[in-house]
Amino acid sequence: MHVRRVELTDFRSYERVAVDLDPGVSVLVGQNGMGKTNLIEALGYVATLDSHRVATDAPLVRAGAASAVIRCAIVHEGRELLVELEIVPGRANRARLNRSPVRRPREVLGALRMVLFAPEDLELVRGDPSERRRYLDDLLVARQPRFAGVRADYDRVVKQRNALLRNAYLNRKVGGTRGQDLSTLAVWDHHLAHHGAELLAGRLELAAALAPHLTKAYDAVAPGRGAAAIAYASRLGEALQADRPALEAAILERLQERRVAEIERGMTLVGPHRDDLALSLGDLPVKGYASHGECWSFALALRLAAYDLLRSDGIEPVLVLDDVFAELDGSRRERLAGLVSDAAQLLVTCAVPEDVPASLRGARFDVVTGAVSRVS
Amino acid sequence: MYEGAIQDLIDELGRLPGVGPKSAQRIAFHVLSADPADVNRLATALRKVKDLVRFCTTCFNVAESEQCRVCRDPRRTNEVLCVVEEPKDVVAIERTGEFRGRYHVLGGAINPLEGIGPDNLKIRELLFRVGTGEVKELILATDPNTEGEATATYLALLIKPMGLTVTRLASGLPVGGDLEYADEITLGRAFEGRRAV
Ligand SMILES: Nc1ncnc2c1ncn2[C@@H]1O[C@H](COP(=O)(O)OP(=O)(O)OP(=O)(O)O)[C@@H](O)[C@H]1O
Ligand SMILES: [Mg+2]
Ligand SMILES: [Zn+2]
Repeated sequence: MHVRRVELTDFRSYERVAVDLDPGVSVLVGQNGMGKTNLIEALGYVATLDSHRVATDAPLVRAGAASAVIRCAIVHEGRELLVELEIVPGRANRARLNRSPVRRPREVLGALRMVLFAPEDLELVRGDPSERRRYLDDLLVARQPRFAGVRADYDRVVKQRNALLRNAYLNRKVGGTRGQDLSTLAVWDHHLAHHGAELLAGRLELAAALAPHLTKAYDAVAPGRGAAAIAYASRLGEALQADRPALEAAILERLQERRVAEIERGMTLVGPHRDDLALSLGDLPVKGYASHGECWSFALALRLAAYDLLRSDGIEPVLVLDDVFAELDGSRRERLAGLVSDAAQLLVTCAVPEDVPASLRGARFDVVTGAVSRVS
Repeated sequence: MYEGAIQDLIDELGRLPGVGPKSAQRIAFHVLSADPADVNRLATALRKVKDLVRFCTTCFNVAESEQCRVCRDPRRTNEVLCVVEEPKDVVAIERTGEFRGRYHVLGGAINPLEGIGPDNLKIRELLFRVGTGEVKELILATDPNTEGEATATYLALLIKPMGLTVTRLASGLPVGGDLEYADEITLGRAFEGRRAV
């Protein structure tokens, strides 16, 4: 898969820009603040309908403009797909696929598959467990789209169940009887365990499939510092198997054990929304032990592992490395280049072109405030 | 802001579901320029809906008398009872032509986020109807979303011990959706392929 052309109107710092891209490597060169990441962010938005930098759409629209448009031509297995997105802050986005409007923007998901590594990904390692759950769930959905529905169902059940527990908690505080409010709790337990087990089984299988790719990727970017490893960490127990009926039973059992605490705290304390992905280097956990450089390498390795796994599934996503090479020394640059040079399409950004190894010299684009021009 | 009556009308229209400020304004000016006879008919229809429409005392569907048209129809069987959330679901299922039994309209679904529990729905009334022994099969046709599924599970747990067959519509309905938006063919097939729970 590759992006053949991207056109932006009033997106971030771009009033109007069009960039034609080839398969293989493209390097975007520009000084700080020139708009390299903005361009990549637009492609990421086509792939996920989300920015990797901001939670709301307003900053994506050029200051002073009312809406932004991203138009992106994607070639996959010889067929070209045109995705057009109009971003209007505070309103639902509009999308077109091959010039026909789609009912919901979500229908364009899957048209562009992309793995993006950006400096913000340090949060994958340093941030809350929610960052790592999101990483796993996004990858799960990329491999098996039905998990988007499983996730949505599970989240909704947790929300409803929390509301029930909170109402019961508040009622109890004012001296009400609690049996009455909680008469439906068994129903929510059942649905929580059902959807939770499905999500959990998916994540367990994914973590197991991902683990060898992660070890390999970390070794490529930071060799000789002990093996990197990941393991799914659930409060339901260690070494869980991806067996849905068994997981469902385990969740129901733990719900019974935690019943009193849940009612006291007015929230759901059991289920995959409380889990984490444990990261380790050699014998030590990453959290609290690893250096800044090690954390950064680990974050990069998590993205590269995702890329590798999708490729081994037969999906050839576009790979984007934003500001990566400046952080690496010479030998590690070469190793990383060796790992990714055969990507169907690789987009690399840098401020100093010499940072990118010679083996990755493909097309080169200069990015200067609001303009992108191909120079070689 | 306009003055007086026209702004009052815009405000009232704007409070209707799915009508934004722009549409409210457009409708208000349409009414202003419309033929007085047309406007009168609309006004009468609005007044009549509140005066004449009631809820069926048996199934809680909308009705124009004590009982709704379905409950009054002697050709329908009392042995199968279909539980839905809203009167609009009755209309959707009637369109499929697959169902010849009676309905029970709950008036919503269990939804803790909105403070709706079993006591806020017509569940006690349902248990009473089922308790008479005439009903042999209960079809749970609540929406295929989180709240509808929870309501169906709740009812199944409650009613199965009473010894009748409890079924749920087959899958194929759009997940997370509303019954009313399913087309006749999909909904009809879901009805045909219902399974015991
Ligand atoms: N909505 C917006 N409207 C106008 N300008 C914007 C908007 N959002 C961001 N910018 C500008 O875009 C620039 C940042 O661009 P970008 O993040 O792409 O830089 P970059 O080339 O990746 O730089 P670096 O090398 O530092 O990462 C900033 O100067 C910022 O002011
Ligand atoms: Mg940048
Ligand atoms: Zn009736």
